[in-house]
Amino acid sequence: MLPFVIRRFLLLIPVFIGLSMLVFVIGRLLPGDPVQLAAGPHATREEIAALAAEFGLDQPLPVQYLAYAKGLAIGDWGRSIQSRQPVIDDLKTFMPATLELVIAAMIVAILIGIPTGLLAAVYRDRWPDTLSRAVSLGAISIPRFFLGLLLQLALAMWLGLLPLGGRLPITAEPPPFLTGFLLIDTLVARDFSTFFLALQHMAMPAVALSLSPLATIMRMMRASTLEVLSQDYVLTARALGLSQRLTIFKYVLKNALSASLTVIGLYFGWLLGGTVLVETVFDWPGIGLYATRAITTQDFMPVMGVTLCIGLIFVAVNLLVDLAYGLVNPKVRLS
Amino acid sequence: MALLEIRNLHLYMRSFEGDAHVLNGIDLTLERGRIHGLVGETGCGKSLTGLSISRLVPSPPARYAAGSIRFDGRDLMEASEAEMRALRGRRIGMIFQDPTTNLNPAFRVGEQMIDVALHAGQVDSGILGLGPDASRAERRAAACRLVVEMLGKVGIRDAAARVDDYPHQFSGGMRQRVLIAMALIGRPDLLIADEPTTALDVTVQAQILRLIRDLVDEFQLGVLLITHNLGVVAQVCSQVSVMYAGSTVEDGPTRAVFRAPRHPYTKALLAALPREGLARGELKGLAGSVPSLLTPPRGCRFAPRCVHAIDTCRERRPIAEEIQAGHTVACLRAAEPVA
Repeated sequence: MLPFVIRRFLLLIPVFIGLSMLVFVIGRLLPGDPVQLAAGPHATREEIAALAAEFGLDQPLPVQYLAYAKGLAIGDWGRSIQSRQPVIDDLKTFMPATLELVIAAMIVAILIGIPTGLLAAVYRDRWPDTLSRAVSLGAISIPRFFLGLLLQLALAMWLGLLPLGGRLPITAEPPPFLTGFLLIDTLVARDFSTFFLALQHMAMPAVALSLSPLATIMRMMRASTLEVLSQDYVLTARALGLSQRLTIFKYVLKNALSASLTVIGLYFGWLLGGTVLVETVFDWPGIGLYATRAITTQDFMPVMGVTLCIGLIFVAVNLLVDLAYGLVNPKVRLS
Repeated sequence: MALLEIRNLHLYMRSFEGDAHVLNGIDLTLERGRIHGLVGETGCGKSLTGLSISRLVPSPPARYAAGSIRFDGRDLMEASEAEMRALRGRRIGMIFQDPTTNLNPAFRVGEQMIDVALHAGQVDSGILGLGPDASRAERRAAACRLVVEMLGKVGIRDAAARVDDYPHQFSGGMRQRVLIAMALIGRPDLLIADEPTTALDVTVQAQILRLIRDLVDEFQLGVLLITHNLGVVAQVCSQVSVMYAGSTVEDGPTRAVFRAPRHPYTKALLAALPREGLARGELKGLAGSVPSLLTPPRGCRFAPRCVHAIDTCRERRPIAEEIQAGHTVACLRAAEPVA
């Protein structure tokens, strides 16, 4: 187990290097001059040259990359040429918001997707199955931002049940920074009214974001449950008198989970990179908004920082998924 | 009273091409303490007969058109699902062909067996040796003890430690032993063994058969041994039923049936057995193939392949008749002198 984890962690290094090179090169290949953009329309030639020199952008590309890589090694992720803020500080501010949203969305997707997929398989071709099929088709088909807008219209504008956007009202006092996850930080600070506010703010974007993973998990779970139901050991369990409930919720569920685990891991990564539209609609101060702003101004360092950060989380989540396989399937328990 | 008595069981299976008449009048009587062989080729309905006893054939697509299955006097065709569930694992145990796929790979073998023991204990608290008002923890502990005891009985060494192993940590033969222990944990009266040795190699096969025979003596079990292996039948069964295309064609004491088979199909089966000293290419098969059960022959289902068939055979369905004490044959020409 431990050597496996260590090996997987070591594998992060080449992934990290490859990813950083790729993003670095792609960023520089784009047309346009970020220095010019940052310096503004009235900057003189000297001012532009000075700015380029300050950020090392007058150096040859390999030198720039080496300097960047050296920085990464000591935790310096570069600075934004626009705001001059260190990227690592921005990531610390924005990443938790996105992570919190994605985790909430995945929790919703898993908590609903797994049981409904299981039930759809057990009641195959009867009404629960038909219903789940309709729901999943709808959930997969509707664009996230559009669903977000509809939710805002219905729940915020017409019914006034939920706030329109943001993480907290401007008037609310945010809890002291601990994890950056408002739901956790407020609980730690025992500030339950703010916790409830944060929960309200999170409800709509989390639901909007959860639908497509929910649909996929549901369908995946249905397919794998059907496969497990046709296995010999399910017949044996029935033949020896085990109840339907025990058979399904204990013996079938655990076997059917492993296929869904893969999807859950992959979706987690996709959502991290795909929150832009939902964050835009709900004015969610996360990494998606941050990255879009950086991309439109060709601000390299934040773009690279975001990409690397998402890449790392992606790899880490999939490592966790691989470890979780061992829980579900003792045969792949890693030695 | 016989432990199990199947009379005139007819089963249709719905399929895309129509209704297949897959069980066409099964008759079978099984006594306590006996091993009764049920032989026939693939697809003749042996397994469906076994599953029918436990009422495990999903319906639809299955439809029982006629017949009765009396278990200890009770007609199981009339039993509710709840009654059946109380019988399964407690009074009727089952084991299946492939021990590698019949244990759940994601759970420790002890865990799987404990659940069966708890189920049997719920039906009959005496199984766990506890009163009806024992606590959950007491029942679980008793179930655990019973599991270890049963594993020891079927020849798993160091059973107390092995309950914590997963199925893949056992060999094929050991897994079949585990499955047998699991089927017997509720102290059943009837064990339905569906090809229990087919997936095992010959040495292990012999061990498993010996184990089953010992357990029959110890628990006064009745065993329905479903197999296509006549050698296995000859080795352990005191009674045998021969099936062909959904019907029992011959039934009787193994010795009598094997020494003096009266149905042409039984004769052909026995003649097809390879013998020592048989030269290459001399292996005797049976001409023709199994009839389609969607449109079965009108009369005797074996008539199209039977060398003795006459016109009446193609018209009339033969009824099983007793030609000697306990030896019945379903053949219109069985009473005629042997040709």
